[in-house]
Amino acid sequence: MSNTLLISLLVLGVLGAVLAVILYFVAQKFKVEENPLIDEAEACLPGANCGGCGFAGCRALAEACVKQAAEKGNIDGLACPGTDMNKVAAVLGLTAGTFEPKIAVVRCNGSCQNSPAKVHYEGADICAFASTLYAGKGGCSKGCMGLGDCVKKCNFGALHIDKETGLPVVDPDKCVGCGVCAKTCPRNIIEIRPRGKKDRRVYVCCSNTDKGALVVKNCSAGCIGCQKCLKTCPFDAIEMHGNLAYIDPAKCKACGKCAEACPRGTIHAVNFPPRKPKEEQPAETPEAQKVELEKPVNA
Amino acid sequence: MNNFTISGSPHVHSTENTQKIMYRVILALIPALLVALYYFGWYALRLTIVTVITCMLTEWLIQTFLLKGSMTINDGSAALTGLLLAFNVPANLPLWMAVVGSMVAIGIGKMAFGGLGKNPFNPALVGRVFMLVSFPTAMTTWPQVQPIFQKGFFADAITGPTPLGILKESGAGTLAEMGDMQFLDMVLGNRGGAFGEVCAIALLIGGIYLIARKVIDITTPLTILLTVFVFTGIFYLVNPAQYIAPWYHLVYGGLLLGAFFMATDMVTTPMTTTGRIIFGVGVGLITVVIRLWGAYPEGVSFAILIMNAFTPLINKLCKPTVFGVVKPAKK
Amino acid sequence: MNPIKTFKRGGVHPEENKISADQPIQDFPMPKQIIVPLGQCLGAPAECIVNKGDRVLTGQLIGTAKGFVSANVHSPATGTVAKIDVVMDHTGYYKPAVFIDREEQDEWAPGIIVTDELITDIKLDGKAIVDKVKECGIVGMGGATFPTHIKMMVPEGKKAEYLIVNAAECEPYLTCDYRLLLEKTKEFLMGVKIAMKGVGTEKGIIGIETNKMKAIELLDKTINENPDLYKGIEVQPLKTKYPQGGEKQIIKAITGREVPSGKLPIDTGCVVTNVASTFAIYEAVQKNKPLIERILTVTGKSVKKPSNFRCRFGVPADLLIEAAGGMPEDITDVINGGPMMGKSVSVTSFPTMKGTSGILLMTSHEAQDRRKTNCIRCGRCAKACPMGLQPFLLHKVAKLNEFDETEKNHIMDCIECGSCEYTCPANIPLLDYIRYGKAKTGAIIKARNQK
Repeated sequence: MSNTLLISLLVLGVLGAVLAVILYFVAQKFKVEENPLIDEAEACLPGANCGGCGFAGCRALAEACVKQAAEKGNIDGLACPGTDMNKVAAVLGLTAGTFEPKIAVVRCNGSCQNSPAKVHYEGADICAFASTLYAGKGGCSKGCMGLGDCVKKCNFGALHIDKETGLPVVDPDKCVGCGVCAKTCPRNIIEIRPRGKKDRRVYVCCSNTDKGALVVKNCSAGCIGCQKCLKTCPFDAIEMHGNLAYIDPAKCKACGKCAEACPRGTIHAVNFPPRKPKEEQPAETPEAQKVELEKPVNA
Repeated sequence: MNNFTISGSPHVHSTENTQKIMYRVILALIPALLVALYYFGWYALRLTIVTVITCMLTEWLIQTFLLKGSMTINDGSAALTGLLLAFNVPANLPLWMAVVGSMVAIGIGKMAFGGLGKNPFNPALVGRVFMLVSFPTAMTTWPQVQPIFQKGFFADAITGPTPLGILKESGAGTLAEMGDMQFLDMVLGNRGGAFGEVCAIALLIGGIYLIARKVIDITTPLTILLTVFVFTGIFYLVNPAQYIAPWYHLVYGGLLLGAFFMATDMVTTPMTTTGRIIFGVGVGLITVVIRLWGAYPEGVSFAILIMNAFTPLINKLCKPTVFGVVKPAKK
Repeated sequence: MNPIKTFKRGGVHPEENKISADQPIQDFPMPKQIIVPLGQCLGAPAECIVNKGDRVLTGQLIGTAKGFVSANVHSPATGTVAKIDVVMDHTGYYKPAVFIDREEQDEWAPGIIVTDELITDIKLDGKAIVDKVKECGIVGMGGATFPTHIKMMVPEGKKAEYLIVNAAECEPYLTCDYRLLLEKTKEFLMGVKIAMKGVGTEKGIIGIETNKMKAIELLDKTINENPDLYKGIEVQPLKTKYPQGGEKQIIKAITGREVPSGKLPIDTGCVVTNVASTFAIYEAVQKNKPLIERILTVTGKSVKKPSNFRCRFGVPADLLIEAAGGMPEDITDVINGGPMMGKSVSVTSFPTMKGTSGILLMTSHEAQDRRKTNCIRCGRCAKACPMGLQPFLLHKVAKLNEFDETEKNHIMDCIECGSCEYTCPANIPLLDYIRYGKAKTGAIIKARNQK
């Protein structure tokens, strides 16, 4: 009896030892050299693996951050909804300036009021499909379809379609500037722009490069390419893309003069202190008002 | 200016819609309901009203307070579930049991999965089986038929055995001896049973109407009936003393009701013809197995529910052949 | 008459509503200014070769084909180029177009024979015919506007056995092909003969649905009167069923062959052309007349005078609607083409083009109650699909953006006939989702193939 016991103990013991040795060598052989920065960056992240960043988990995001930091020297577009990405930037040795917080802006002002519907749409709620069928409710072929492809794609729930205007609204508290919406939009209306100092930013709220006459037909708030802003801007930050003004965020100092100069209220100045009541409010869409009401997010 | 509608082609649609389909099925059940009223009188009427109203109310409550989706109460599917449920239980079932059964049918059988079109199991059968296992005595105490012209509309129910019950307990010999268990009586519904399943003729009329209006496909009922006939026929030929003739099997119990109205429920059955044949054969086999060897005298409900569970698999297996593709795996 | 044939799988039968079938073709008077879009075919728009202020003659080339899939554009009128600008097409998008201020009298470009005389002698050889078709800018005039000369160029190593003329006209409402068959029978048959010579085959089969018995009888009669001239041409009656005129369906119905998945009709030895295109081939080859006009149907249940017009390209559609008795009050849907595959119109001022087979005005009553319910998994869409697909499944996976699944389930084989959506009792916009999925899947496949 004791023999049986002894033999089984011996056999199992030896087997265990042999396997342990094999395992050790295999582990040595297949050891993956990983950048220790990934672990450090991962430590800054919540570790919940929620997938909210668009990656498979926190580690995948950390890897992506390290990779992009090495290649481009920034971590733009990579963001975790529950973390201050500045911490990750600090771990990766990026200076504060290289990580610029960004936000999505919707460059269309064709709300139900500004661009009244001429036709009505019945069919699948997909902008990408609807835009193959027709130019748009209000007739503008560059404007927002309002069916919310961007809303469906946003991982952070930062977008919703305003029922009043029919346009998507970006929630500045939730938007991390990942750019998924910008890629999704079939008309390239959404742009990822820097949030700006004190969260103040100025942008042209229109994407229509058509001639002014064609724009006016369909929309009362579209850019007509009059170039008044171009002449007003003291910093040469405005350039013309066809018949559309575009504010270069790198040059813009957010003085807000162009917004005042725009005769059609196309240029939106966000989070600026309220002007004297006498002057016409350039940023009069509910979207802008909503943003103005909110406290500036720390940049 | 005209406010034109923009939509993708096609711009014309057939006049069919979900609501029409549901109401046609309800219409097809009316003959059987009338027969039930004739045989069971007041009991049948109050039971039907209670189940239909409970089903619709449950759906309304869930839509209003839980799902908050678009209201589907008018599409007729809840009413249909209620009606089918009533058809599947004894007419003298205590009403509170019917209420519980209806709530389970709609609440758990249908709405828990997300409502119309998303339930894997036939809601009416879920309700019925729930009641069968919860209240076995009440659910298997069948009232005897007593035409209202003889006993009056409000006559008390007298309970008695069903043909399949007799068969289960005493074997085919006893059944053959019972003088009032003639085939004709079976067909006309002059027998005990759940109230909707008694009259084969009325159910057939409904079924044929549905097939003629192209609401249901003939494949499923036909394969079920054929399978049952062939399978029981083999046993009958082997040993006629122990097993009853296959044509009795066709009209007994809920086979016709199940084949025409429950196994053809679009939501829970396969979509392609091949799939429907597999489904029908499965239902037929399981029904006969339960009837001959199972603990319960009747097996149609279980058979359909079991095959419901196989439906997604069958759908996956039986895809139509794509035009211009020689082998399905060619890629 | 040959026995009636049909394709087997799927199909639906919508109300035919051929209201304008007995209306003879009327010449449509041209307005003062016409707007000729440069992109009138599938593929790249033509490149403009005239300038503002130039005087152009009727039939003169004004836009040359750019790229492989593209077709020439000719001036449909005599006049001066007012401007080269953009014009809204039926979708409301701006497209480049030539605006021509018309002169009262047509002055035809040199070399074009304007008389109505039937020319039966085919002088050109096969290759020259295809070149002529290309030069004259002929495209498939059923609505898809695929350049015809590309179809007629049989690739090396393949042989065309049959030339099939698609005269099914399975779209409800439209009657333009039917009228053309009745009124230009001999010219049409000559066109078939020329096309047969062009693709190098001895057999030409005209497939017609049996709801156009008059056309079948007339064609049979004409062929029998002169069997030598129309040798090899056969009329094949087809069952009235949608989509009988689908390219793959008509080949299947007539020859019994299935175009393999992802392949072209020529792989089964067939070339399919449209009735109007065949007539245009006749005019191009025998009369040197480029494609500048077509027959189109303006119809609808509440339209006062449903009509078939012979109309030059570039005429704004609202003039045609006006000529058909004006826009009725109860119109909610305006459709460019037929009700099954036509496109919704945003603005009625769009200019007519090569692919405008009809203008259909639909009332709110016809457009039907489109209350959606959940899919009830009835399987009717799969039963109706002529391609043997599962539209309910494709709809679901396209909605979820799972383009691997759409590809696996043969979404690229969808011919977008709309039978599934027509038959759906839950009123789900199945085809919308399938088109979306098809576009996305196509882009993914293309990107993969380029790697």
